Amino acid sequence: MYAQMVDTGVKRVKSREEMSPEERDFQDRVDADIKIEAKDWMPESYRRTLIRQISQHAHSEIVGMLPEGNWITRAPSLKRKAILLAKVQDEGGHGLYLYSAAETLGLSREQLIEQLHSGKAKYSSIFNYPSLTWADIGAIGWLVDGAAIMNQVTLQRCSYGPYSRAMIRICKEESFHQRQGYDIMMTLARGAAEQKAMAQDALNRWWWPSLMMFGPSDDQSPHSAQSMQWKIKLYGNDELRQRFVDQTVPQAEYLDLTLPDPDLKWNEERGHYDFGAIDWQEFFHVINGDGPCNRSRLRARVAAHEEGRWVREAAVAYAQKKTAHKRTAA
Amino acid sequence: MAAPAALFEYLVRLGDNCLILGHRLSEWCGHGPVLEEDLALTNVALDLIGQATLWLELAGEIEGRGRTADQLAYLRDAGEFRNLLLVEQPNGHYGETLARQFYFDTWHCGLLQGLSHSQHPRVADIAAKSLKEATYHLERSEEWVVTLGDGTDESHARMQQAINDLWMYTGELFVMDEIEQDLVAEGIAVDLAELREPWLKQVGKTLDEATLTLPQAGWMQQGGKQGVHTENLGFILADMQFLQRAYPNATW
Repeated sequence: MYAQMVDTGVKRVKSREEMSPEERDFQDRVDADIKIEAKDWMPESYRRTLIRQISQHAHSEIVGMLPEGNWITRAPSLKRKAILLAKVQDEGGHGLYLYSAAETLGLSREQLIEQLHSGKAKYSSIFNYPSLTWADIGAIGWLVDGAAIMNQVTLQRCSYGPYSRAMIRICKEESFHQRQGYDIMMTLARGAAEQKAMAQDALNRWWWPSLMMFGPSDDQSPHSAQSMQWKIKLYGNDELRQRFVDQTVPQAEYLDLTLPDPDLKWNEERGHYDFGAIDWQEFFHVINGDGPCNRSRLRARVAAHEEGRWVREAAVAYAQKKTAHKRTAA
Repeated sequence: MAAPAALFEYLVRLGDNCLILGHRLSEWCGHGPVLEEDLALTNVALDLIGQATLWLELAGEIEGRGRTADQLAYLRDAGEFRNLLLVEQPNGHYGETLARQFYFDTWHCGLLQGLSHSQHPRVADIAAKSLKEATYHLERSEEWVVTLGDGTDESHARMQQAINDLWMYTGELFVMDEIEQDLVAEGIAVDLAELREPWLKQVGKTLDEATLTLPQAGWMQQGGKQGVHTENLGFILADMQFLQRAYPNATW
């Protein structure tokens, strides 16, 4: 999930009686699964929440290019290098669709990026972990993209049209990425002993942060109820997390790798896997800026933006000259 | 018929240019000046890595010692690399990356046009396929050289500096050696010396449109085709070959 803990700015969900006629009409459309479009009336808090959620999602795609980009120049074969390059490029493309979706709500891309760089807007906590070995590229594709898809598939049906349509495009590509990541893990797990150890080590480090991607437990998520009523969140964090665990355990078994959780076991009665307690203290430290890579990730983004400023300015200046030239010629 | 050793050598030159330049461009991924450019430049990198794969695969076949494209890319040391010095130059600022690309693309299109008529059908096939991509690359780099040259005062100055700094690596593009002369005689390779005038004309025309000045003729660096490189290549290979070197014979 690339958007965690999105603040709705709403203390409590309004009852039908408390709603204005416009709000009631809006909620009726959402309930009837009619998509809300950019020009439609919407409650200000819905608009603000969506900007936060979509931009958080967009920023996650862009910052997410860094841990994987870290291994592009060191990819171990021409084929892996091309696949990884194309994958990181896809993430950039997702960022682009999502910034466009967020722009329909009235903020420019420049403003959204400014919010990222100033620290006002967040991105997924997962990208603040380092990618230390080639196996991390496998683990990120398999687990991080896997967790993201779990959430994004449901968001294809969210109430806001531009966001829903962006999700449909994104999901198609993400499932490719997940398979490619799993393929890297499989090759390593079936390779030399050192390669298998590399795969196990990556799984050990990425497993818990991947579970944290779904955000705090539902009873710790004060904004979930409002987001669910607006249908910009369709399932609770715990439910999606459980689905992810249930899906991933057999995949790890197939690789003959061990998930780093001694409490993980099948619960016949629930029909789900039970798993150990998540270290939420770590999660809050990372999301609040103290993860292993928060500073370097943000610095890299700011540096790219600042060092590219003269290029963007030149492109604008050149376009203006051309337009002016055309006008004089006409 | 060309000696396999000469054709191998020639194909490795073609492949290494694409490989090293593709590698350099891939270093930009995630750090571009604007998202759209990040994606577009990555496309160029992907094209070049694809072309490198085709050339090196063919080189391995011609050599007949069972070496794959990966083995050629990942298990040769710098002295065995045959790329032009131009393509291994650091990315620098965006104008430097684009100046390097502009010089290369202009040359590459001329070369591939010639090679697409090669008497060697496999060479002609790869060249024809690559030419489509290279034509787009050239359009892009010409557009950017003009935009940055004729953009702001700052971009103009940076672009002129980049054009000047890389100039000394352009002489090598047109230097012929015996291997190439023999292959030209057989109708397989392209006479690089003949590419020089059209290249100069086209580069000059674009620089003119960009309000930039074509550098004066001066001392030119060379050595890439003989395996005598700049200090940059060793670092590129240290990065690129790390896993293959650290875990010999592993499958990835």
